[in-house]
This record gives sequence, C-alpha cells and structure tokens, in this order.
Amino acid sequence: MRRPPPFLTAAAVLTVALVLLPLAYLVVRAGTGGADAWEILTRRGTLELILRTGVLVAAVVATAIGLGVPLAWLVVRTDLPGRRIWAAAAALPLVIPSYVAALALLGAFGPRGLLQRMLEAPFGVERLPEIYGFPGAFLALTLSTYPYVFLLTAAALRALDPALEEAARGLGRGPLAVFREVTLPALRPAIGAGGLLVALYSLADFGAVSLMQYRALTHAIYLQYRSLFDRTPAAVLALVLVVLTAAVLAMEGRTRKRARYHRTTPGVVRQARRVALGRWRWPALAFCGAVVGLFLAVPLAVLIYWSARAVELGRGTEIPWQAALNSLLASGLAAIVAVLAALPVAYLAERYRSPWTRLLERAAYSANALPGIVIALSLVFFAARYGGPLYQTLALLVFAYVVRFLPQALAGTSSALRTVDPHLEEAARGLGRSPLEVVARVTAPLAAPGILAGGALVFLSAMKELPATLLLRPIGFDTLATEIWRHTSLGAYSRAAPAALLLILVSAPLLLLLGARRESEVGSPG
Amino acid sequence: MKRWLITAALTLLLVSAAGCGGGDDSDAADGGTLTVYSGREEEIVKPLFEQFEKAIGTKLEVRYGDSAELAATLAEEGDNSPADVFFAQDAGALGAVAAEGRLAELPDDVLDRVDQRYRDSEGRWVGTSGRARVVAYNTESLTEDELPDTIAGFTDSRWKGKIGLPPTNASFQAFVTALRLSEGEDAARTWLEDIKENGPKFYEKNSQVVEAVAAGEIEVGFVNHYYLGLLKEEQPDAPAANHFLRAGDPGALVNVAGVGIVEGTDDEDAAREFVDFLLSDEGQRFYPEEAEEAEYPLIDGISGPEGLPALNELHGPDIALGKLGPELERTLELLNELGYTS
Repeated sequence: MRRPPPFLTAAAVLTVALVLLPLAYLVVRAGTGGADAWEILTRRGTLELILRTGVLVAAVVATAIGLGVPLAWLVVRTDLPGRRIWAAAAALPLVIPSYVAALALLGAFGPRGLLQRMLEAPFGVERLPEIYGFPGAFLALTLSTYPYVFLLTAAALRALDPALEEAARGLGRGPLAVFREVTLPALRPAIGAGGLLVALYSLADFGAVSLMQYRALTHAIYLQYRSLFDRTPAAVLALVLVVLTAAVLAMEGRTRKRARYHRTTPGVVRQARRVALGRWRWPALAFCGAVVGLFLAVPLAVLIYWSARAVELGRGTEIPWQAALNSLLASGLAAIVAVLAALPVAYLAERYRSPWTRLLERAAYSANALPGIVIALSLVFFAARYGGPLYQTLALLVFAYVVRFLPQALAGTSSALRTVDPHLEEAARGLGRSPLEVVARVTAPLAAPGILAGGALVFLSAMKELPATLLLRPIGFDTLATEIWRHTSLGAYSRAAPAALLLILVSAPLLLLLGARRESEVGSPG
Repeated sequence: MKRWLITAALTLLLVSAAGCGGGDDSDAADGGTLTVYSGREEEIVKPLFEQFEKAIGTKLEVRYGDSAELAATLAEEGDNSPADVFFAQDAGALGAVAAEGRLAELPDDVLDRVDQRYRDSEGRWVGTSGRARVVAYNTESLTEDELPDTIAGFTDSRWKGKIGLPPTNASFQAFVTALRLSEGEDAARTWLEDIKENGPKFYEKNSQVVEAVAAGEIEVGFVNHYYLGLLKEEQPDAPAANHFLRAGDPGALVNVAGVGIVEGTDDEDAAREFVDFLLSDEGQRFYPEEAEEAEYPLIDGISGPEGLPALNELHGPDIALGKLGPELERTLELLNELGYTS
C-alpha cells in the first residue's frame, strides 16, 4: 500500500476535524445536561419520531430517483423535443428553498389555496385532499431534492463512454438489456450519490416539515431548543439523527461497492446515439410536463401571484439588490472554499483506498444531516469562545456553509475522481511530476466538470441557507434568505415573494451555465 | 488554476474577515454603538430603533432572529457575547436568558414604570409592550355572542373540527403554562385532552391560524391579538375578528415582549439609555400609533390601541410571567404526551 503524501493527509484530517465540530458540541451537550440522555432515547415518542422520519426520507429518496433518473435519460439520451429547455427546467427547482416550496405548495394546494378557489366556483369542490402532514412534507421535499438525482445522473450519462453500450448491443443485447446490464450499473454511483444528498437533505430539513406540520426528528429538535432551559434533549435527538445518517451512508456505500468506471478522456469523444422516441414522445413529454409543471411552474405561479398582490395592495416592493449581492458573495466564497476543502478528502479516499481514508470521507458526511440550528449553535459555542475576532464575521458564515455543505462538494469531486483513470496520474508521476503538479495538471482538468458541479451544488445550497445565516452573519448583512424569512415570519407572503423570485432568478443562471458547459464539451474533447 | 483559486479565496476571506470583524469590539466601548439582539421582527421595531438613534445619538447594531434561538445563542456565547441588550418577543425567552445568569439587574426607576405583573420579579428584565391572547373567529360563520367567554367553553362538542391552534408556537405554549400554573396540572391536562377530543387543526404559526380562520377552514383559533391586524394588511376584507375572553380566564393571558441588559456589557450606560427609551413616553406611544401590530403600551398615561379593550380591563390569570420560562419544559412534556407535538 502506498503511503499518501503527508500534506494531503494533514489537509484532509484538518478538514474533517473542522466539519466534525458540531458533533463534538453535541457530545458535550448530551453529556452535561440535567436530563437523562437514556431516558430521552427510550421515551415513547422517540421511536415514533425515528420511524416517521425514516418513512418520509425513504419515500422522498425513492420518488426523487424515480423522477430524476428517467428525466436525465430523456434529456440526455433521447430525441425528446425541447430537450435543453426541459433539462434546464427540471433542474431549476433546486434553487427553491424548501420553506418557500412549502409555502408555495400551501398557497396552491392548501385548504385556502389558489386551486381550491379556482375549483370552488365552477365545480363546487369544497375541499381538496388534505395537504398538511405527510403529503405536504413529501411533496415539498421531493420538489427541493429530486434535481440532485437528476443533475448527477445526467452528468454521469453525458460522461459515459458510449462504446460500452455499443459493444453490448454488438453482442446482441436488446435496448432494455443494455440499459439494465450496462448503463444502469455505470450510473449507479451517480444515482447513489444523488440519493445520498436527497436523504441527507430530507433528514436535516426543518422548513418543509414544520410548515406542513409533519412531526419529524428535526421538528422535535427545534422544539427542544425552544424549551431553552435544557439543551440535552435536543442534543440527544440530534445524535439520533447522526446515527440515522450513518445508516444511510452505509446503505449508499453498498451501492458503489467494487464498482469502477474509468475513462481516459475528459469529455465524451463521441456523442451517444440518441434513442428515437417515436410515438413514445407524447407520454415522455407528458411526464416531463407533469414534473416541471408541479415542481416549477406551480411554485413560480404562486410567487408571481403574491408579488402581483403586493403591487395591488400598494405595499413596499423594493427589490433587495444588496441582499442579492450579499448572498452571491457569501455563497460564492462558500463554494470555492468547499471545493478546495473537499479535494484532499476525496483524493485521499479515491487514490489511497484504505479503511481509514474511507472512514475519513464518510465522517465528513456524518454532520451533514444535522439541522441548521444545531450547526449554527455549535459554531456559536466554539467561535464565541475560541474564535476571537472571527465571531460573527463573513469568514465564519462561509465556514458554517462549508461545514453544512461539504458533502455536496465531496459527492461531485469523488464521483469525478472515480472516472479519472489513476494510471494517467501514475504515468505523469513516472515522468517526474510532483504530486501537486499531477493534481493540478492531470487530475483537476479531467475531473473539472464534476468538481465544478460539486461547487455549484454548494453555492446553490448556501444561497438558500437560513438558520446558520441568521445566527452567524455579520450584523446588518442581509441575504435573500433572511429577507424572505423577515417577511414570512409575519405572514406577509406578498412582501416575501419578490425576494424569493430574486433568489430563484440569481441562482438559475449558474444551473443553466453548468448545463451549457456540459453540452458544449460534448464533441470537443479538451 | 488551482493555485489561483486558493490565492483568490484566501485573499477574499482575509479581506472580508478584516472588513467585518475589525470594528466590532471597539465600537461599543467608545459609546458610539450598541449591539442589540432582537427577537422582535425588523418590520415592526425598526422605526422604533430609528427613533432611538435620532433621539439619543447612539447607533444601534441589531441582530434580528427568532427569540428562542437568540436566547440559545446568548447562552452558548456565555461571557463573550457581543450583545449589549436582548429585546425579546416573549417573557419565556427573557426568563431563559436570565436563568442562565446572562441578564444584569435593571435599576428600580426603570422597573417601577411598569406594573409588576409585566416584569421579572428579580428585576432582570422588563416588559415593553403587551399582547393579549384572544380567540380569532370567522365572522361569516359566527357572531360574537355565540362564542364562549372562557376557554372551558370550547371543550363542548359543538366545536368539533372547528378549532385551530399552533401547538409548537411559543405564545401558545406560554398560554398552556399559564393554564397549568393557574388552574393546576390536572385541570390543564383535562382541558387539553378535551380539546384534543374536538379534533383541532394544528398550524406552525399564529399567522397561519388567523389565515385559516379568515378562509373558513376553521371557525375559531387560539392566537395573540395582533395577528389579525397583520392579516388585514394582506387581505383587507378578510372575514375575521378577535374575541377577548373573560377577565381572569387563562385564555385572557397578557404576555409581554420585553428587554434586558446582557450581563457584562461593556457599555452599560448606553444599554440603560436604550431600555429607558423603550419605556419613555415616546418609546411607548410607538405601539398604538406606529406599529403594525397594535400592541399595548405598558406605562401609565399612554392609552392603548384604538378599537381594543383597555389593558386594565384585560386580566389574565394571576401568575408571574417570569415563571413562563422555567416552566416551559414541563409544558412541552405535557403537550408531547398528549399528542399535541408528537
């Protein structure tokens, strides 16, 4: 076994140690409180909370994969009319924060929502099916998360060397068999990584479950923080969440066992032959239309309706440009730092495979399913005590984003590194290049699309982040997320809507840019 | 490429850290600025803060957030808190911070301006405005005389499926604590069980409850009085009104938003000036005249918001608001056990 260079190990260990700060805080809090940790764990309600959370997460992950994979295949591998537009539209819900998604879905399908009003007069529909509880939480979370699976799967499909599939076809396999035996296994790491992000997001989310009144673990954790006097119960429940995360990680780990798919060129040299849909075009279009309609058009329509009402009521509709700039700055920095921090961890885990590098990588994920408030308070705890002048500065806010969203950078970087043939790197080393040079000249360019995708995911998540932003931002540093919160906490949706639309508007170009980049790469090997 | 990125990132980080962090510590010491943690919404209190800055000349640096989260933040920050003043949405959050030993005692002349019902018995925080618990009702399906005068009246089966409430909301939980403390644990449990029998609908926020009332989704909702005003700004002709319960009933609880000075502040004088201002005639007149919520001012001589019963006619149960914080844990357990929050 080769030993990794010391600087690489040091960088990776430092990164993971910093990401694990919230965990250290939880252990401190769980151990030092008044309440008995064991008593909380064995409380009647705790098991139920775990089950409810598990059911929700499983349903969201299954649906996200069920929607994301076919969508990705349709826009990348078929002659679906308007592929590029569908590809952009299907990714866009990613930029909608889950609390906005929940509010918008309530505005549309709630008992007093737009749909109800539209149906009431002409059809006498008195009551739509209940949206509160599981259905609402499930819908809002699926909306916010299926693009993870869609984006990662689409990227993997684009990067997949068509020669494999052609060879299988040449051996007489039918299209379905090729998909099942060649394409799907090759996509499995991407689908697994996407599913993992979906699961972590759903475990940690508070906005959707609280607005939809679904009692999940995060909801209980927030409630416990409200009780203020004893932070032990919240810490214990949060540790339960960490255990659930570990379970999810173990499951995802099994999906990529022994799977290795390297290629030797950065882009795909040739484009895969597009499948002609024929008369299947119509059901395919209907499918895309239904997903995009429900998860993008409906929330946008509600937000536009609310904005229009703000104008009608003559309420302030100033556009929060400064907040938008602040969001862009903080999220942009977070993306850069997260990518840089993820590289050593991913590189170590992919190129120097051993139980402990693997553990290091997995550990970096373990804090990710913690709700924002836990991460925020843990950083308050450490930074106020030991952070000196860093406390409540932009630097600390960026750090908080990196702690929260490092796994997204990792997911992108790891899956990108996995497709780079290590023999290339060895060849470069053999030619006398230093390890750093190899990373900079060979690995990074080859893995660039995946690394950038990871950075983009971090950026988009940071744009939406609320709980840590509220507590850790410099005073007066308003972001679009805090602007939305400021109005919705008073129920003033009409005034929150412009900020929400702006958030979507400024986040969207990045998604489109990523899509366009990949398209242009196809056929022009770098 | 990578080296360029690293350099750029580090430079940006350092610049931003220096830019944002540099001034903080010295500011409060020279008396120029005061750091306020505000659990009260920016939309509502910003004009009040601007009045203070204009009148006194001290600049405020305000961190807005959720009251409970800011209270937890103050607790985690410990001695190193940059905050000078904590301005909170409810007595519970203030009580929690006081119990952590993080609030300094206020001078008597400030405390005495407010009825002792509306301040901490140990003088560590003082109420600045009052908010009454009410029953919001839909005016299309109900007239006010159909409504009971006590919360006990709502256990009747007539209200099956018609009630909405926010079980996770701090103000609802404060009401349940008041119920427990005034009527006893058994009575509180029975009332909660009986209401649960009536199949109430749960919401996250007070504002959602009032919206649901206006939409006819429910007929009555247990909320604070000022959410109606907020709703009417969004929907001017919403068919909803407030019903005040009989004096002495737990459902007539008057809770306060209030303020305390953070222990160990490096600018106690400015902090006192701020608290002083909030309880001055000018600071108190703000509520009925300028705030969107129409909360009750708490000092003598300033009349309450128009169209509402006077504060001294509203009489909640006889309990100390300072107890709401320390008793919250028990309330949460009860709500959890009875299926309100689980």
